[in-house]
Amino acid sequence: MPDVEIECRNLWKIYGANEKEALQAVQNEGLSKEEVRDRFNCVLGVRDASFSVKKGEIFCIMGLSGSGKSTLVRHINRLIEPTAGEIHVAGHRVDTMGEAALRQLRAESIGMVFQHMALWPHRSLAQNVGFGLEVRDVPLAKRRKAAEQALAAMDLQGWEDHYPDQLSGGMQQRVGLARALAADPDILLMDEPFSALDPLIRRQLQDQFLNLSKKVKKTTVFITHDLDEAIRMGDHIAIMNDGVIVQTGTPEEIVTNPKDAYVAEFVKGISRVSLVRAKTIMTPLEGQNPTQKSVPVESELGDIIDTFMDDQSPVTVRDAENNPVGIITITDALRALRG
Amino acid sequence: MDIWNIFDKEWVPVGTWVETALQWVVDNFRFVFQAIKVPFDIVLTGLEDALTGAPDLLMLAVIVLIGWQAGGRKLALVTGASMLSIGLMGAWEESMVTLSIVLTCVIFCSLIGIPLGIMAARNDKFWTVLRPLLDLMQTIPSFVYLVPIVMLFSIGNVSGVIVTFIYALPPVVRLTNLGIRQVREDMVEAARAFGASKRQTLYKVELPLAMPTIMAGVNQTIMMALSMVVVASMISVTGLGQMVLRGIGRLDMGIATVGGLGIVFLAIVIDRVSQSFGTSARDRGHKKWYETGPIGALRKLVGKG
Repeated sequence: MPDVEIECRNLWKIYGANEKEALQAVQNEGLSKEEVRDRFNCVLGVRDASFSVKKGEIFCIMGLSGSGKSTLVRHINRLIEPTAGEIHVAGHRVDTMGEAALRQLRAESIGMVFQHMALWPHRSLAQNVGFGLEVRDVPLAKRRKAAEQALAAMDLQGWEDHYPDQLSGGMQQRVGLARALAADPDILLMDEPFSALDPLIRRQLQDQFLNLSKKVKKTTVFITHDLDEAIRMGDHIAIMNDGVIVQTGTPEEIVTNPKDAYVAEFVKGISRVSLVRAKTIMTPLEGQNPTQKSVPVESELGDIIDTFMDDQSPVTVRDAENNPVGIITITDALRALRG
Repeated sequence: MDIWNIFDKEWVPVGTWVETALQWVVDNFRFVFQAIKVPFDIVLTGLEDALTGAPDLLMLAVIVLIGWQAGGRKLALVTGASMLSIGLMGAWEESMVTLSIVLTCVIFCSLIGIPLGIMAARNDKFWTVLRPLLDLMQTIPSFVYLVPIVMLFSIGNVSGVIVTFIYALPPVVRLTNLGIRQVREDMVEAARAFGASKRQTLYKVELPLAMPTIMAGVNQTIMMALSMVVVASMISVTGLGQMVLRGIGRLDMGIATVGGLGIVFLAIVIDRVSQSFGTSARDRGHKKWYETGPIGALRKLVGKG
């Protein structure tokens, strides 16, 4: 597929001295995490993970701490060496790449944002943001200009010569984002970028990032432990548990059709009002006459409920050509709302 | 043989072995040790000539200015008062000799100790080997290696530097190792994520972040070097230590006190100045070093600040 920017195939990561033997045993005998630990003194970090991210989309990897999501994302720029599997980024094989090529890829094509910002306290903001260019020996004036632009894009103009400890947490993470964007990479890796921030600031940064993302269209892998955030941000979501990708899909697919009890548990508290769409809950029209009221096929559950406010009769769903394709009763809507 | 007093006889003649071994090394490899002396000799002679050759008042002014640059006006006052006291007590010449020995020692300790510390931080195996060696260097009484040092390097100020070097090296190695290891993992990871090589990560991230700890190590090394001054004078190292030793030998309380006070004042000066170099930029309010002190004042004067 030409429009796939990042692809991981059958990725395994086992930590420990006997990783190769442990891998053999796990693959052949299907050992559990605990068995691997007891028999080989190895920790199973990522287990047979495969996923692909399309160009320009935001791909969320969601899981609780220890589920292997941070480990998984670090394989994309090979901060962590895979035990087995293939990693393709923008047409390159990352897992077999040489050291110099890898460094170039990291500096030019992949920006990364870290949970605890990881800004260097001894460097000014301009020096922090320009680091990726500095290691590639870009001249100072050019670096400075790129840093100023990247900081301005994050509403931080005028702060170039300040230092990270003079900034609030939210501002620091904006610097983190500016640093990731400074070299204008095609790919962004974001490792729980907003988790350490308080809820209001988090919301602001999410919005700011979504706006920015609409404009610049970076392929983004976004790690989070918060399903709400994943649903807000993600075009696709992968849910991880114990090193395994349990389910991948659009937010709607995950919420309306959880694959197992683990995912269902997560999805329970999620509001469906703006997630579930008419086409998912409608009953296809089979000969019945369409009703007076109608909604488009892509409309959200919230809009459908609005049509029942004054008139509880069923509503017709119409496709883009305005042909009636299905019907939704108030019971369907309530059931969808309940989940 | 009296079975009840078997230890009357020396069963394991360690002393003789060591003596023979040392003699063998001296006979066959003395040239190696003489060669080791050369760099120490060059640096020490240069420093000593400069410090003792310069006019006293010029030296005083330079030291006060360094104090001002490193730690502001208060430190300038402290260094000025201490050095003035040394001069007025009549121990100026000796203190300059001692200062040059200590500085030589610090230069070599840093030159060798900091890379060793970095290597130790990178390689756990190397650190496990190095650690007991450092323990040994620090704990073995310095009197024990005075004799072999004299036999291999002969006596004098250069040998004194070498004795002091052995004693004062461990702290800078230890604290460099510690400083590098303490650098937050995500700081290093971020550097790698933005395409930095190992070398770039070391110079641009790890070393600057470890610098306060490394400077604490250098400071400790300086203090240990100063504490060796009196012991080193036993292999006819000149300077303040020799004053103390002469005082002890002749039961001359006066000269011993002057030497002792001189060491104390010198220690205050070197300690405070070297500590000030170690404060991080953050604690200085993110001012560049050239924006403060006499150089900052000068820059303002010519209109650059």
